[in-house]
Amino acid sequence: MSFRPPSIPPSEITPREVFLDRRRLLQGAAGLGALALGGGAASAAAPAAASTPASLNAPRNAAFSVDAEPTAKKIVTGYNNFYEFGTGKYDPAASADAMKTRPWTIEIAGEVEKPQTIDIEALLKMPLQERLYRFRCVEAWSMVVPWVGFEFNQLARLAGPTSKAKYVKFTTAMQPETMPGLRIPVLDWPYTEGLRIDEAMHPLTLLTLGVYGETLPNQNGAPVRLVVPWKYGFKSVKSIVKIEFVENEPSTAWNKAAANEYGFYSNVNPNVDHPRWSQKRERLLPSLFASRQTELFNGYADQVASLYAGMDLKKNF
Amino acid sequence: MALADLPAPARVRKPGAPRRGAPPPGWTRWAKPLVLAAGLAPLARLVYGVFWNPDLLGANPAETIEHVTGDWCLQFLLITLAVTPLRRLSGWNWPIKFRRMLGLFAFFYGVVHLLAYVGFDMLFDPAAIGKDIWKRPFVTVGFSALLLMTPLAVTSTKGWVRRLGGPAWARLHRLVYAIAALGVLHYWWLVKRDITWPVAYAAMLAALLGWRLWARGRRQKAQAARFGEARS
Repeated sequence: MSFRPPSIPPSEITPREVFLDRRRLLQGAAGLGALALGGGAASAAAPAAASTPASLNAPRNAAFSVDAEPTAKKIVTGYNNFYEFGTGKYDPAASADAMKTRPWTIEIAGEVEKPQTIDIEALLKMPLQERLYRFRCVEAWSMVVPWVGFEFNQLARLAGPTSKAKYVKFTTAMQPETMPGLRIPVLDWPYTEGLRIDEAMHPLTLLTLGVYGETLPNQNGAPVRLVVPWKYGFKSVKSIVKIEFVENEPSTAWNKAAANEYGFYSNVNPNVDHPRWSQKRERLLPSLFASRQTELFNGYADQVASLYAGMDLKKNF
Repeated sequence: MALADLPAPARVRKPGAPRRGAPPPGWTRWAKPLVLAAGLAPLARLVYGVFWNPDLLGANPAETIEHVTGDWCLQFLLITLAVTPLRRLSGWNWPIKFRRMLGLFAFFYGVVHLLAYVGFDMLFDPAAIGKDIWKRPFVTVGFSALLLMTPLAVTSTKGWVRRLGGPAWARLHRLVYAIAALGVLHYWWLVKRDITWPVAYAAMLAALLGWRLWARGRRQKAQAARFGEARS
């Protein structure tokens, strides 16, 4: 295990335009607060069908990028784990079209000063940015994906987590009429995921509304999902309808299904194998060979290793 | 039911004369190449995909190759195991002529499956492969199945049947029951959560092996009945 020297790599230096953009971000957040109050009205006015991708105005944030080519769009949007639409990786692209993504609201509840329900249209009005992240699935394949969204901490601050908010629990939508996978109890539905509050508030944690400059296709977790790039993909919960700030570590879908295989943290770690396969290497799709060395925290150790200082990552896998 | 209760054959067939409804004599001469071509078709599709049409194999071609070859290995095992029940239930004898080829196809797809794992997943690293086989039960089981298949593939020729003698050869080749069970277990243990297909394969295997147990029971009963009659 090797750590890089703690110098600031050029990729981390915030470009001027992004720095200046903060002002716009703050204005946007204020607007979001106002919009949240009128959420019901906004959803009533929203178009019924939103499954066709709409382009998003999202400048690339070069501070959050990786030195790699983005994976082909047809791979990112054609090869997904979204068990609500079947356990095959080509199932979601084939059948997620039916999912209703409008009207859509996110309920923010629990240990917050201002519990509220926010409409998806309000989120889409936030200043969005594009970030090129590595995406590493627990199944040892990986992609490089240009996500579009904003930092989750911006949304959290609107609700004002109290001092009791130690964890955040996310819940995926349950639409029995559009999600054939719900009929099979492979997981304890609805799909839930969780993060520690400092993980959730970390600048890398992206509330994601789009990919490749457009709104998310349904199979990628439309209309809003989380992306936590230093953790295995299943932590990046899709199609979120509820966000709860809670005091105790929440139970999560995969952890409930097989606690010895999927820990609560599930940080990408080449030194901790899945019981049934090695995590040392990964297959960067569509490569035939699993020739890429998996990096600790998926290459984001500089930014996130401090969150786990003093923790035994083999025990807290 | 004692054998004496069975109706007598309506008409005695002259030796060498074709059975009614049987295919024309010598038909296997052209049917065998057809089966050979059909059995190679899945591999041909994979090869075509790798070299000429990447889209054919989806976003994760290595995974597709591993799944397709693993599936065909299991399917050929089940088809091979279906030959005897098919002969007994239908009265046809011709399926036996294809059994060796079907069994060899199971072995062949098993070998390609192993090579895909060795190359694509393990990058031909012997230490990593050894560790993986030792550490992970589903790999251990799958590798054992293929290892056990090897002597069966080697001794599948007429020469080996002669050398070993019919009964010993048949005893050795009963290993295929264990091999198929290990193959299904390998599949069962490797899936993440959805065991639909492993269960389907297990059910088919259970039916094929269950029929054998049932048939053996019936044979033994018939023999006992005959023995009893002879004594009285």
